[in-house]
Amino acid sequence: MTKNLLSSALFAGLIAGAVAALLQFVFVIPLLLEGELFEGGERLHFVIDGSPQSDRGSPGLGTEWGRHAMTVAFNLVTYTGYGLILGAIMSMAREMRGIALTAKSGIIWGLAGFVAVQLAPAVGLPPELPGTPAAELGPRQVWWVATILCTAVGLALIAFADKGIVQIVGGVLILLPHLFGAPHLDTYFGVAPPELSAEFAAISLGMAAIGWALLGYFTAYFLVRGEEA
Amino acid sequence: MTTKTASIASVRSGLAASILALTIGVALLTVSGMAQATVLHDAAHDQRHAMAFPCH
Repeated sequence: MTKNLLSSALFAGLIAGAVAALLQFVFVIPLLLEGELFEGGERLHFVIDGSPQSDRGSPGLGTEWGRHAMTVAFNLVTYTGYGLILGAIMSMAREMRGIALTAKSGIIWGLAGFVAVQLAPAVGLPPELPGTPAAELGPRQVWWVATILCTAVGLALIAFADKGIVQIVGGVLILLPHLFGAPHLDTYFGVAPPELSAEFAAISLGMAAIGWALLGYFTAYFLVRGEEA
Repeated sequence: MTTKTASIASVRSGLAASILALTIGVALLTVSGMAQATVLHDAAHDQRHAMAFPCH
């Protein structure tokens, strides 16, 4: 039981993390490196003559292979971590509530994880390009964790509650951190073009959605398969 | 009776497994997403941005 859960999450995390890293290198990291040009002052936006124009174009992945290897490695760690938590919650839902689990229903679990862990926090704290000054880290981390917990519990109440009133409570719980508000600076400070920041935020969320769908599918697939064996 | 005891035992062992998995998962995410030690932060930097962890 324990071994099956841990190994399922590990295999799923490695697969989803590897695919997510690959997608990031194609879609996300080039924008991130372009943002760094503005962060480091190699490119300037809106500064020299007040013109709103600056050149578009990513510098490409470059040759910092050590840096990119670390990105792959930490994606594997992150997705394995999320896989362990997702697998644990799937197992608990099945044992305590009798929720049937299949590889396909795992995709729904994964997408719910995406909503709780990526989308809901991003509503308040959009994914940031390097060089985007933001409020102090501590309060943002607290808000980020609290939003994930509220959203996850809210989704669980909506998915598994028998009474309508409990589902409404779930919905309110999901809204709560946004009514409270994420920590932000009282000035706009970004040095990168807003289009670049927006593209980065949207595309990193899109790729994370794929990563989470895969994570849910494979966590459930290995969990179920391990029990049949 | 025996079946019931067995099923309670299996739920308990399932719960223990889940708690263990949750704990390891949170520990891994603390390292990959939250810890601010410079070496960790720099190594995990691009991944943290790509996965929208609150970073520096």
